Amino acid sequence: MAVATPALAGTDTTDNQTPKNYLNASRGLLSWFFTLDHKRIGVMYLIAILSSFFLGGVFALLLRTELLTPAQTIMDADTYNKMFTLHGAVMIFLFIIPGIPATLGNFVLPLMLGAKDVALPRLNLASFWLWMIGAVFAVSSIVVGAVDTGWTFYTPYSTTTGTAVISMTLGAFILGFSSIFTGLNFIVTIHKMRPEGMTWFRMPLFLWGIYSTAIIQVLATPVLGITLLLLVAERTLGVGIFDPALGGDPVLYQHFFWFYSHPAVYIMILPAMAIMSELMSVFSGKHIFGYRFIAWSSVAIALLSFLVWGHHMFTSGQAGITNMIFSALTFSVAIPSAVKVFNWVATMYKGSIRLATPMLYALSFLFLFSIGGLTGLFLGALSTDVHLHDTYFVVAHFHYVMFGGTVIAFLGGLHYWWPKMFGRMYSERWGSIAALLVFVGFNLTFFSQFVMGSQGMPRRYFNYVDRFTSYHQISTIGSYVLGLGFFVIAGYLLHSLVRGDRAPANPWGGATLEWETSSPPPPHNFDCEFRAGDPYDLDDLRYDPEIKGHVRRDPESIRLHPKGAQQ
Amino acid sequence: MMDLQIASNLLSALPEGTEPSMWMPPRVSTVAHHVDWLFNFILAVSVFFFLLIVVLMVLFVIRYRRREGHQAEDSPSHNMALELTWSLIPLALVVVIFFFGFKGFLDMTTSPANAYEILVDGQKWNWSFTYPNGYVDSNLHAPVQRPVRLVMTSADVIHSLYVPAFRIKSDLVPGRYSKAWFEATEPGQYELFCAEYCGTSHSDMIAQVIVHPPGEFEKWLEQASNFLETMTPVEAGFKLYQVRGCQQCHSVDGSAKTGPTLLGIFGHTQALADGGSIVADENYIRESILEPAARVVAGYEPVMPTYQGRIKDEEITAIIEYLKSLSGTE
Repeated sequence: MAVATPALAGTDTTDNQTPKNYLNASRGLLSWFFTLDHKRIGVMYLIAILSSFFLGGVFALLLRTELLTPAQTIMDADTYNKMFTLHGAVMIFLFIIPGIPATLGNFVLPLMLGAKDVALPRLNLASFWLWMIGAVFAVSSIVVGAVDTGWTFYTPYSTTTGTAVISMTLGAFILGFSSIFTGLNFIVTIHKMRPEGMTWFRMPLFLWGIYSTAIIQVLATPVLGITLLLLVAERTLGVGIFDPALGGDPVLYQHFFWFYSHPAVYIMILPAMAIMSELMSVFSGKHIFGYRFIAWSSVAIALLSFLVWGHHMFTSGQAGITNMIFSALTFSVAIPSAVKVFNWVATMYKGSIRLATPMLYALSFLFLFSIGGLTGLFLGALSTDVHLHDTYFVVAHFHYVMFGGTVIAFLGGLHYWWPKMFGRMYSERWGSIAALLVFVGFNLTFFSQFVMGSQGMPRRYFNYVDRFTSYHQISTIGSYVLGLGFFVIAGYLLHSLVRGDRAPANPWGGATLEWETSSPPPPHNFDCEFRAGDPYDLDDLRYDPEIKGHVRRDPESIRLHPKGAQQ
Repeated sequence: MMDLQIASNLLSALPEGTEPSMWMPPRVSTVAHHVDWLFNFILAVSVFFFLLIVVLMVLFVIRYRRREGHQAEDSPSHNMALELTWSLIPLALVVVIFFFGFKGFLDMTTSPANAYEILVDGQKWNWSFTYPNGYVDSNLHAPVQRPVRLVMTSADVIHSLYVPAFRIKSDLVPGRYSKAWFEATEPGQYELFCAEYCGTSHSDMIAQVIVHPPGEFEKWLEQASNFLETMTPVEAGFKLYQVRGCQQCHSVDGSAKTGPTLLGIFGHTQALADGGSIVADENYIRESILEPAARVVAGYEPVMPTYQGRIKDEEITAIIEYLKSLSGTE
């Protein structure tokens, strides 16, 4: 096991031999499957989660192809219904909820703390294997007949349809525990393992974001677990909970479901905002603007996220007073999000802005997330929501926030930490081309959906009336451009693993602690402990053209005594 | 010219007339103008903030891009007054948006006391509109310039009644009643969609809203209600087949859908799911309409809802006559 490998005698990156690092410290599949090293777990998660993204993406492209023409193009209505359910379920439960925390979070969080690992490495591994088991359940539902309920599993449709709802919901149940374990682990790690000098308000903002996410993961996910168990109980035992034919209440299910699933969209977006804060500062060559406002806004979003679930049910027939309260609370979430965006833009002011690939994604995020966030205003307001609810306007809004926000920031983070993770640089030229393709393809795909949605096109429609045809066709063409963009990304990233230039320890000039170790890091991460300073004080760094990386003017200023044998 | 039109649409804060815009379908209900006004107001706010963010972003990228001889300049890393400003201005704006959204919503959900009432039943995958005299139609007919209240429920799963031109939407939940209302401002024909996913033919669960000119709704209703007297039983049976939700699941061309085809079944022996068989005579057809799960044809699920209490004896008779005509045994 990686943690048990003997201490290495330093990590001299100037050596032409490949130095010992976490990737080559031990060999064989078992050394990966049973590793307790957070970095290896992060990489395994990355492979698993990108595979899920690929699967969900293929479903999306098939759906868009079907929608090229009204009525049947390449598949029948039942297949379409199963496929949009699978697209949603795979993207939500397998990809985007675990996405950033389990991959980049796992890899970077202990490094940012100058620590050797997370506080509970075994729980971390358990989380990964639970994810795998949950994924097997969820994907196996395809084999046993597939689910056609939509990823929301609304009752009483989901309790009466003949498809494989049980294996899918059990999959989501198990995946929920994987998410809880990850969140719990990060909370403990951040509380207990910060280095000397890293007070709460000297933590990198990435950690604030991940911490806020973890709070939601731990507090909200159990509600989803119970809800899905109740659903299974109703289907298998005939207990009347949600199905009115058995004396249940179908709208109760919606309350339970959204009590988790609305906070869950903040599980998805907070880590993306966490990445944004790092990228905006480092690539503007400047201290982040308004650190405390950004930090508090993460916490505020996490707490407010628990109070807004009812805005998914404005047309469900719930009481007017309930609608009023949920509408008002919903708008309160807009403020901390707006504050973050303004602070990120202000960070660029008087900076020295480098348009490297991660920054291109950060700028894309600002553009796309602004649209995603502002269109939320139309949906939070009661009278306009009645018209827009359950139309493509909601689909577009959701994708602008989740794809334009989370996936774009994930790509930014992946390109930012890729050199650290694998010790290789990728092609900047191809990186820019792909970022542009993704940006253009995304807007073509989803902006047309805003227009057709407000024109009245309902969502989850296999067939549609003729006047929506051209919007659908623009959207489908956009999705192909988007797919091409991802194809290019996969190409140059995989190519970089073999042919990429060796990465220096600090290619971008970040001041957080993960850049204080070699790329890729040794199994034990660091040879010393740290006295952490301001994570956004970039003045201590200078560029060294010889190693094509940044170095501290005085490397010892933040280092404490070397780790002794007593460790 | 397209650009000009889009720009004027973006700026027209007070929508007038009924014609559609780039963003919105035609407005033909009394509440639609309020919804569109708020939509345009939010759109203007959004466009302003979006441009503010993107223009600043682009200017900063151009002005401060990293290049030879350019270095990050000293600038404050926080500014309480500035940050409070850009917290409080959005706060004030969302309070305004919330207020008008809630006000509009109250208007949209509070129906006038004298409204004309139509009962709405949703079932997979058909709409039934029951008028005060008991007549049932699969399309929603309404008089112009008169408030109409819809009292709605579902026979199976959740559906949602959505008329984009009226800007109304409300879920139909099994086991309870929900309400919606509208007052149409222009005669014409408009789409009515099911907006809550309900299975295979969800996207075909579409009805028409037919708004009649003044004085013509009553004439239409009287004529339509008399169909049992004015039509032959076969014609009446065919009409019932179309409007009462039969055709969504039963074909008359021999193809199997959710239920068995009705072509050529009358008078012929049907294999049953429990292993037995039965000759499909008048009594079996009647039983299948009133107690669909009693004797299910082999190869099909017992998913048909009962019509007990929702269909008259004369109507069942007409349907039977229609089925006979399909078997050539009239």
